[in-house]
Amino acid sequence: MKSLIQRLVETTGPSGYENQVRDLVRKEIENDAAEIRVDAMGNLIARKGSPQPGGRRIMLSAHMDEIGIIATHVDANGFVRFTTVGGVRPNTCLGSRVRFLSGVQGLINGEKLDSNDKVHSFEQLFIDVGAASRADCPVKIGDVAAFDRPFLDLGNRLVAKAMDDRISVAVLIEVIHQLKSSPNDVYFVFSTQEEVGLRGATTAAYGVDPEIGFAVDVTLSGDTPKGIKMETSLGKGPAVKVRDSSLLADPRVVRWMIGTAEEEHIPYQIEILEAGGTDARAIQLTRMGVPSGCVSIPTRYIHSPSEMVDFRDVENAVRLIVALLSKPVNLE
Amino acid sequence: MSPQDRTPLAESLVGDAQIRLLERLSNAAAVSGDEGEVRRIVLEEIRPLADEIRVDSLGNILAAHHAGRENAPRVMLAAHMDEIGFMIVGDDEDGLYRFDAVGGIDPRILPGKAVLVGESRIPGVIGARPIHMTTTEERRKTIPLDSLRIDLGPGGEGKAKPGDRAVFATTFQRLGSSVFGKALDNRLGVATVIELLRHAPANIELLAAFTVQEEIGARGARVAAYALHPDAAIAVDSTPAYDLPTWDQTENALYNTHLGAGPAIYIADGGTLADSRWVNHLIAAAGERGIPYQIRQPGRGGTDASAIQRQREGVPVISVSVPGRYAHTPGGIARIEDWQNTIALLSAGLEALPAGLFQPAA
Amino acid sequence: MNDIVPFLKQLLDASGLSGNEGPVQAIIAEKWKPLVDELAVSRVGSLHGLRRGTGAEPRRRILLAAHMDAIGLIVSGIVDGFLRFTQIGGVDPRILPGQMVVIGGREQIPGVIVQPPDSLLPPGSADRPVPMEHLLIDTGLEPEEVNRLVRPGDLVSFGQHPIELAGDTLAGHSLDDRASVAAVTACLLELQSRVHAWDVWAVATSQEETSFAGAQTSAFEIHPDLAVAIDVTFAKGPGYNDHGGFGLNKGPTIGFGPNIHPEAFKALKKAADEIEIPYEVEAIPRHSGTDAFAIQVAAEGIPSLLLGIPLRYMHTPVEEVGLKDINRTGRLLAEFISRLQPDFLNEISLEKLP
Repeated sequence: MKSLIQRLVETTGPSGYENQVRDLVRKEIENDAAEIRVDAMGNLIARKGSPQPGGRRIMLSAHMDEIGIIATHVDANGFVRFTTVGGVRPNTCLGSRVRFLSGVQGLINGEKLDSNDKVHSFEQLFIDVGAASRADCPVKIGDVAAFDRPFLDLGNRLVAKAMDDRISVAVLIEVIHQLKSSPNDVYFVFSTQEEVGLRGATTAAYGVDPEIGFAVDVTLSGDTPKGIKMETSLGKGPAVKVRDSSLLADPRVVRWMIGTAEEEHIPYQIEILEAGGTDARAIQLTRMGVPSGCVSIPTRYIHSPSEMVDFRDVENAVRLIVALLSKPVNLE
Repeated sequence: MSPQDRTPLAESLVGDAQIRLLERLSNAAAVSGDEGEVRRIVLEEIRPLADEIRVDSLGNILAAHHAGRENAPRVMLAAHMDEIGFMIVGDDEDGLYRFDAVGGIDPRILPGKAVLVGESRIPGVIGARPIHMTTTEERRKTIPLDSLRIDLGPGGEGKAKPGDRAVFATTFQRLGSSVFGKALDNRLGVATVIELLRHAPANIELLAAFTVQEEIGARGARVAAYALHPDAAIAVDSTPAYDLPTWDQTENALYNTHLGAGPAIYIADGGTLADSRWVNHLIAAAGERGIPYQIRQPGRGGTDASAIQRQREGVPVISVSVPGRYAHTPGGIARIEDWQNTIALLSAGLEALPAGLFQPAA
Repeated sequence: MNDIVPFLKQLLDASGLSGNEGPVQAIIAEKWKPLVDELAVSRVGSLHGLRRGTGAEPRRRILLAAHMDAIGLIVSGIVDGFLRFTQIGGVDPRILPGQMVVIGGREQIPGVIVQPPDSLLPPGSADRPVPMEHLLIDTGLEPEEVNRLVRPGDLVSFGQHPIELAGDTLAGHSLDDRASVAAVTACLLELQSRVHAWDVWAVATSQEETSFAGAQTSAFEIHPDLAVAIDVTFAKGPGYNDHGGFGLNKGPTIGFGPNIHPEAFKALKKAADEIEIPYEVEAIPRHSGTDAFAIQVAAEGIPSLLLGIPLRYMHTPVEEVGLKDINRTGRLLAEFISRLQPDFLNEISLEKLP
């Protein structure tokens, strides 16, 4: 599974340009899914399971897209100005390398600041692709790039850009592989454009019209020096989301997840996130409303070019989700 | 194709009649939520052009021009009718009224402007303290909107009431190769979609939506797209051209678009990542017909496309805008040539639309 | 009585920035021609109209001074087809963005004042008023066309057309002080049917907004025995409600203070009281900021009076004035003039010496 993770995180797929990730996912699951389709927003939707009496139509969503940048201007000397796609912060840009969809690579640096204590604004940053003039520059306005950083295997801990949310994409792929049978009608949605506002999941959920839904996504962890105050830590199991800024998870879904984890003796944590949002919000508000929740992978340094997860949490997330889908669901 | 070869195509699309229509549209008042005046002009214009017309409960006009064949793709063209403006919120007596902004208005542009209030277009002014009474320190501060009043004159007591809308009292005019007027954002788009209905191609089911309340969150387009349920959509709007000199004469890297460089094709804005099939198709169509175009600088802002894209199971969308300077101020400026080329580009793009371009991948 | 309105509107649409009053002066001359016996233009561009009195020569002379010049802008540079500009007269840059203007160079070219986006301005500009040096004028013309038609030094007038507001009020630019030119004209019209002993010199002065040059030189040249400056004053209204300020359309003000002759003031007040024209006394402790300031000290000194027409939003393109006040001012002037007897100066002498 580590090799799958590596291939996924090293693929370039900023929001709106998920096709390389989509192709990779499709190849991985095409022999294990009953049906695969791509909708108007580019979501890859795979169905699995043999609905039995008492089985439910369940939608799972893990987003394929990652944060990135988009070129806005190439100046006379060949420097590329850019703006963000999703929640990129200027302080993680300086010195970063980026890779455009075309394969062109470059580095980000910035204008001279009045003081070293200051942080660049995006208007003060630029990408240097080694060009000497506008004519010489292989990048044009509207070209999209993602951060460029190789996968790092530290044993239990794995580091990469785009762990958010390829790690969950890997989890869903692994679930598809391991889920031998399900009494439920399960739709695995590999969604697009989550980082710019849950756009893919919104329309995918409308199309799937699920009875229960949950997202699989990363969440913050509270276990770094002088970091945020949060109960989740790396290595203590996948997190069952209770709330984030955009969602109050349906308590029935939370009970279902916790109950299943306890029955199966799978370690888990409770996630109370004071920020963020996931595809679960989009699912919850679809049509007449859908009971929704989220299984989260605790992750350090989210939206930096080096995001860290614990591989044991990943494996336990797969176990938990397989267990959730293997039995008829009775939300109460 | 040489530039000389291109001009006739575009010029045939915008003549005096089109400019006159734009003039009527620009001078009409249609603050978000009160679009009746523009709606009536549009209805009058499109009645002979569309096969079906209805007005929905929010005030959107939904019109269809049927395709000349079966199973043609259903393409929605959306142009918002509404404009930024004001609403009277309080009566201070003596013909003075408190007001608030509807849509994004920079309070720095308000003092010293003439406005028209209510359906009967009562003239009023937004004054400012005489410079003689101000201090240097005071002049460095923006006059907050809540200290400004709309003044109808001392006899204006009772002539307006809370809830009345007001717009800048700007009269449309031609300035050389440009047009000047209020609300060119988005009367240019409205006029463009009217022209596209006039020249509707037979290969598509053209669904024209003249939408309401774009300026306060693309609310009209949302329900319009749900109702029309299109296979694909284009938001036709006007986008800012910030192609002005910078204060220190350095290269302007934040121009958004340039006047005179052709229609602006969107790749990304604050609300939408354009469907790349649309982007590639329109660029190819422009190339084939020799129509100039520009890529709008990716960045913030948004159009009806964001709301349309998210309806039902999702709609492949793009925005194409006529570049215009000084949107959301008393008067904007746009080049007639850019408008012509916008109509030409959309027309060419729709005519050449492959039937299966947006069919979902299996 | 509001037949003065079409004339006033014509004045407002005429250009005539300080020092370049030609176009507006021509319109006033046309209107005054049948109302006066002589018409002339001074060396610095003031328009002098003489309507002779019926008294025996040498007749006394009263000067009525209303300035015809307007504030505005002047092109200071051209960058990429956009015009940079600075002011002529006092303009608060905060009223400029979005303002229609007319550039009066080789052709009358319409344009609009624009505030560049904050991103193109010096750091820290966001949400703050943009200083005049960073504002631009866009004519909508291509840069080559602009270079052909405009050059630095071209004058820029406000383009806002006059607007009739509710309750007999008019809004527009340059009502300071063309409202007073209209009042003087109303006075001349009124005098056509009256007998007056004194010579009346109606003067539309130039360059009030910059230096009072017109009033000072005309006063010297005409050498009147008495002068009334007519100018706008501050009306109560939004932005100006607290300290001073006078009711809009509730009557002119009669100025009082060191620029004003105290005995002549009493005579003017008496005339207003007797014909029941409403007015307020405007106490002006120092410089009146009007032509009266310059006229008072011309030559050996001239007894001066000041009538004020209340106006809202002074020095903006939407100055607002009461039409009744303009007519009242004209009527009061005519009444005051027709009451002037040959020995009026004795009546108002400050000390009756033996």
